[in-house]
Amino acid sequence: MPFGRRKELPSHLWTQCPDCGEMLFNKQLARNMSVCPKCGHHFKIGARERIELLVDRGSFVEHDADLTSADPLGFVDSKPYPQRIEAAKLKSGARDAVITGSARIGQGAVELAVMDFEFIGGSMGSVVGEKITRAAERALAAGAPLVIVSASGGARMQEGTLALMQMAKIVAALGRLADAGVPYISVLTDPTTGGVLASYGSLGDIVLAEPKALIGFSGARVTDQTIGERLPAGFQRAEFVMAHGFVDQVVPRSQLRDRLAFFLGALRPRTGDLRWSL
Amino acid sequence: MKDLLLGTRPPGSDNGYVPPDGTVIVDPAELGSRVSPWEAVKLARDLHRPHAVELIERIFARFQELHGDRAFRDDPAVVGGIAELDGRAVVVVGQQRGASTEENIQRNFGMAHPEGYRKAIRLYRLAERFHLPLVTLIDTPGAYPGPEAEERGQAEAIAKCIETLTRLRTPVVAVVIGEGGSGGALALGVGDVVLALENAIYSVISPEGAAAILFRSASEAERAARALRLAGPDLLELGIVDGLVPEPRGGAQNDHDATAANVKAAVLAQLDRLSRLPIADLLAARYERFRRIGVVVEPEGEPVAPRRPWWRRVLGR
Repeated sequence: MPFGRRKELPSHLWTQCPDCGEMLFNKQLARNMSVCPKCGHHFKIGARERIELLVDRGSFVEHDADLTSADPLGFVDSKPYPQRIEAAKLKSGARDAVITGSARIGQGAVELAVMDFEFIGGSMGSVVGEKITRAAERALAAGAPLVIVSASGGARMQEGTLALMQMAKIVAALGRLADAGVPYISVLTDPTTGGVLASYGSLGDIVLAEPKALIGFSGARVTDQTIGERLPAGFQRAEFVMAHGFVDQVVPRSQLRDRLAFFLGALRPRTGDLRWSL
Repeated sequence: MKDLLLGTRPPGSDNGYVPPDGTVIVDPAELGSRVSPWEAVKLARDLHRPHAVELIERIFARFQELHGDRAFRDDPAVVGGIAELDGRAVVVVGQQRGASTEENIQRNFGMAHPEGYRKAIRLYRLAERFHLPLVTLIDTPGAYPGPEAEERGQAEAIAKCIETLTRLRTPVVAVVIGEGGSGGALALGVGDVVLALENAIYSVISPEGAAAILFRSASEAERAARALRLAGPDLLELGIVDGLVPEPRGGAQNDHDATAANVKAAVLAQLDRLSRLPIADLLAARYERFRRIGVVVEPEGEPVAPRRPWWRRVLGR
């Protein structure tokens, strides 16, 4: 039956909005940037779709597309890690949980990294660490601002401590950008938690978030179980995180590209002449 | 296709950072008998293991604790201050869990709040400003996951800790003395040299947490501990730590003095070496140390980027 109960997984024609229950034509939803036209619920979107929405048409040149995960630990849970990777590749159409490349946003050159939650929960392993670090190093070499769009449950368990160390690797590269005065803008989308938020997610010169995105260090479920307390309404949502001072703006998807273009223009590194040259 | 093994060094070769000098084990083959990963987890969490304060008292002279993050409160799960190591002033920052239930409650089981990490940042900066070497002692189940920690920016505090350490203009030696629990441990763990006690563990997630997610049962923790490769010898093989500090027979809990003496010898040897390096070299090597960690498969030769349309090239866009 077409009116299935599959929540965010689009059936071939219809999708039900998990917030307001409205039945939405998939075509109509796609035209509206995967935002519910009735209540404004922001559906999760894949990295490719996100890049389409953000960059100047046709300007995206992908880098390091061929990097894939190895299995450094020989990790086996219910199935071996390499099988999990293959399954994720089939499911998401991506090679790992981040796509990186050079692009232009509002005429200005940027280095862009966009995470994909479809790929093992957007988890950060060696490939994510390597690709984002290279993107930051390219940004440094070119003096082009860096934009990272995060969507991740955190570090990838199947790569153990190696995954944890990617946090330090990426942050070290971001530190070099900061020293050189190259701007970095972090965009947090639903969900951004764990090691991704506790490293590059939180460190943008400007930190933007999508409406109602889940943003937190530990998953609300973990907090709930560990502490056994009822959580306040809106806990760990973008608006809550902004109210507590850790996000600069909550920006609806329809305005995200223009807002990025504005900030990138204002922060663009200027050489020599320190007078305003807007 | 060629496997590019970034970061794993062949067992037995030193990685250019820690020359073998007898104070630490840099070759996994030097280890006599290995305990099982699960035994290592239990040893690392042993209540009677020497914790940060016990080690600080034995390693350093004239330790003066400094309190507070200058913004919210003093977090008892993080202990730090200025002390003397063999006559030289150093800054030391450690995570403190308790040796008893009462102390554990007071110390929040070694789980720091954001203010604990901000206290650490403040002390890192202090070390940098006055050119004092920094020694960190890592021992935490993880950062505190409670709602008030979230409200005060647990993730941001940890991220800033990591960022501060990656660029700190003074030598940093980090030692995992017990449990290195995920991001909460890494906040103290970005050193020029990272050492671990022989039976310490360092993991992206607790074995219990991993078991609950991967095997849908917290009782599978033993299996998860094996899969995560979180024990000392694994960490050495993976290049996560540069050397293991030997523990007394049966584990550090059996002899606090001997454990402290071993840690002291190892830290001194490293600081001696690091403090002779120019700061720029130190920072470059620290960057490289973390830059090469990770294992990816990269096909031979960069894929050629599609050629841009001629009018774009002419316009330079």
